Amino acid sequence: MDVASADVRLQHPLLCSGRMTSEIRTVDSEARVLEPEGLGVLVDALLDAGYRVVGPTVRDGAIVLDELRTADDLPHGWTAEQGAAHYRLERREDEAVFGWAVGPHSVKQELLPPHVRLWRATAAGDGAAPALEPEPPPTSPLAVLGARPCDLRAIAIQDRVFLEGAYVEHDYAARRDGAFLVVVNCGVPGGTCFCTSLGTGPRAAEGFDLALTEVLEGGHRFVVEAGSERGRTLLESLPTEAASSEDRAAALAVTDAAAGRMGRQLDAEGLPALLAASLEHPRFAEVAERCLTCGNCTAVCPTCFCTSVEDVTHLADGSAERWRVWDTCFSLDYSYIHGGSVRRSPRARYRQWLTHKFGTWVDQFGTSGCVGCGRCITWCPVGIDVTEELAAIRVGKTEVEHGDAR
Amino acid sequence: MAVRSSAETSLQGAVLPVPYRVRSRVQETSDTWTLELDPLAETVEPRAGQFDMLSAFGVGEVPISTSGDHDGPGPLTHTIRAVGPVTRALCAAGEGTVVGVRGPFGNEWPLAEAAGHDLLVVAGGIGLAPLRPAIRHALAHREDYGALCVLVGARTPRDLLYVHEIERWRSRLDAEVDVIVDAAASGWHGRVGLVTMLIPGAMIDPESAVAFVCGPEIMMTLVVRELMDRGVSPDRIWISMERNMRCGVGHCGHCQLGPVLVCRDGAVFRADEMTPLTGVREL
Amino acid sequence: METLAELIASSPVFAGMTDEDLALIAGCAWNIGFKVDEVLFREGDDADTFYLVRRGRVSLELHTPDRGGIVIDTAEPGDVVGWSWLFPPYHWHYDARAVENVRAIAFDGACLRGKSTEDTRLGYDLMQRFAAVMIDRLKHTRFRLLDVYGGTFVG
Repeated sequence: MDVASADVRLQHPLLCSGRMTSEIRTVDSEARVLEPEGLGVLVDALLDAGYRVVGPTVRDGAIVLDELRTADDLPHGWTAEQGAAHYRLERREDEAVFGWAVGPHSVKQELLPPHVRLWRATAAGDGAAPALEPEPPPTSPLAVLGARPCDLRAIAIQDRVFLEGAYVEHDYAARRDGAFLVVVNCGVPGGTCFCTSLGTGPRAAEGFDLALTEVLEGGHRFVVEAGSERGRTLLESLPTEAASSEDRAAALAVTDAAAGRMGRQLDAEGLPALLAASLEHPRFAEVAERCLTCGNCTAVCPTCFCTSVEDVTHLADGSAERWRVWDTCFSLDYSYIHGGSVRRSPRARYRQWLTHKFGTWVDQFGTSGCVGCGRCITWCPVGIDVTEELAAIRVGKTEVEHGDAR
Repeated sequence: MAVRSSAETSLQGAVLPVPYRVRSRVQETSDTWTLELDPLAETVEPRAGQFDMLSAFGVGEVPISTSGDHDGPGPLTHTIRAVGPVTRALCAAGEGTVVGVRGPFGNEWPLAEAAGHDLLVVAGGIGLAPLRPAIRHALAHREDYGALCVLVGARTPRDLLYVHEIERWRSRLDAEVDVIVDAAASGWHGRVGLVTMLIPGAMIDPESAVAFVCGPEIMMTLVVRELMDRGVSPDRIWISMERNMRCGVGHCGHCQLGPVLVCRDGAVFRADEMTPLTGVREL
Repeated sequence: METLAELIASSPVFAGMTDEDLALIAGCAWNIGFKVDEVLFREGDDADTFYLVRRGRVSLELHTPDRGGIVIDTAEPGDVVGWSWLFPPYHWHYDARAVENVRAIAFDGACLRGKSTEDTRLGYDLMQRFAAVMIDRLKHTRFRLLDVYGGTFVG
């Protein structure tokens, strides 16, 4: 399977790639400049090549992923104000296309859809074995225009879970293989973003076919870099000019400025060990007073991957189907065995989610589970903030050790 | 620009259940049946300690440990307790019914590592089912092990599994087999008490013995404690853990226990690795 | 042929007792045997005599109107059967029945209570030994209250 991000090198447990994105100090010398109208050509080229193109659009008061028919479907001139339990769409004063931070959807919607049929079984009659028909893969490959660097890191994290274990998740693999990824580097971080704390943004290091940086300073344009052979091929077909050194400096300035305006910070040092040693920390009981165990965080999180299966029968023809559906560790029956659930209390379920995301995920899959996108903070109905919870656990731990060195 | 085709991935056995036909169905207790199954397509034989995901088509799928003898050819054997819609459907599957099997998954009882040592097997309730393949293996390769001691606990005499087979084991002179029940009707001439009470008297050398333990988690916790009190080091005690499973292959997240995935890293674990985890309430 | 004192000393309950103390309590004891199904005592009987099992097995049973007799415990070689002789009102709370041919040492409870009152040091030692037995039994009985096999297994 030829995917640009397949080569994930583990050097730091929090990172998939060997490079912190803040270490990227130059824009590719082969970069090109695309005028805003050129976005339409890009979308058309992907559609003509047979891709199903998915990108950000404005719908239901938010910027969400949907199928794009033209570049006009993109959220030109929109932004969103975000904070804990707060998201409000607002008009910008300019026509920036990507002047906003991530909304509730991530590429997870496409690579790990909420409901997928796995197989169908038709009764054969006379006691013969039912005929099992696996679900065919999607007819068109996927192209995503407008993934963010944190989204790319999330994809790499899910690749580790689904593609690099003893068994390959065949539906994920089918959608992932050949997916064309156009990342948009971030110029407008959100109120809940903390990608820099985890080294996942605001500039993408790898894992993309094309990377766009939207520049407004000195004329609205896009600086485009190719990240793969086929990205290069597509780029050659677009109406672009060579990027000057000023263009490239302007592009770098956009993401540097974004890096300096993160809505949140997280001290990620030693989190797995800290959490393993803090399982009975009183903070978990405190956050449980607020947590509704609604699972919004797991739904919007780009790395949360838990699923369940449902078997259904059709009475008319006796056929059976198995569906794979999203699940959440916050549900009471998630951990059901022995006539009861292991994690009965909200405290235990919140602890499971937090310690898995930032701690035991590393033991299980070799990377952190968090990319610092901040969605869980924005979309939590009571505004629980993981950066605040982790900071409180860290401070409490120091107090428990009576001021000993961390 | 060309469109890429999907990656080739192996579906059979990992995703698609393999059809098996029920060869026989034997009732063990009021709520437990043993099914013997014949495959209708090519399959992999499970090893002692492994589990399969069994499907009752149209109802659902559950993880069940293998409880047959797989040192040679023979049907796939599963002992199932009917506690929910899927297990009830499986337990009701008569001869000739087709069920689905995915697997085998998980790791094995470390029979090779236990060779040369006294082997103590402690089974509680339905925990005897996942241990039966290991017990049969040890009896069939008796000279590979030192003393062989099998302790079986159940709620009442009517809840004992494999009673005829236990009697055959007891009739052997080269193995110690003790049975104990939590309570019994008057007329029971065996021991009454929790299976932990059999541990002090087991004829093994605690300094070197290897123990395999299986049963409800609370029972295993009490047994491990009792074994350690007797002097069996927890790095020589192996337990079979259970957690909710939906996929069996490390993709659904349900079977997490702290840093491990039971389906992928277990279900057989060393007690010293598990005790720090099972000691945390609601982990 | 072992003396009564030697037989008593070989039980874990009385291990480590001095020869003098063993002789004292042996003065309250005698050898006894029960055939299969023979009853040692019944619920409600005066608790005068208690037993130290040497060979065989004794079942402790409670009678229920709807389910008949239920075996709630068994005593093996080395176990003591019965503590109700220690405290008033000195009545048995269950039946005890031999389920195999049993050889046991019987003790006169009143005799032992008398000697413990005279020699409170002996009394304290006996109380400690029986307390240890009771605590161990209580621990295991509490474990059985968990009904460890009652829950569901997989699926």
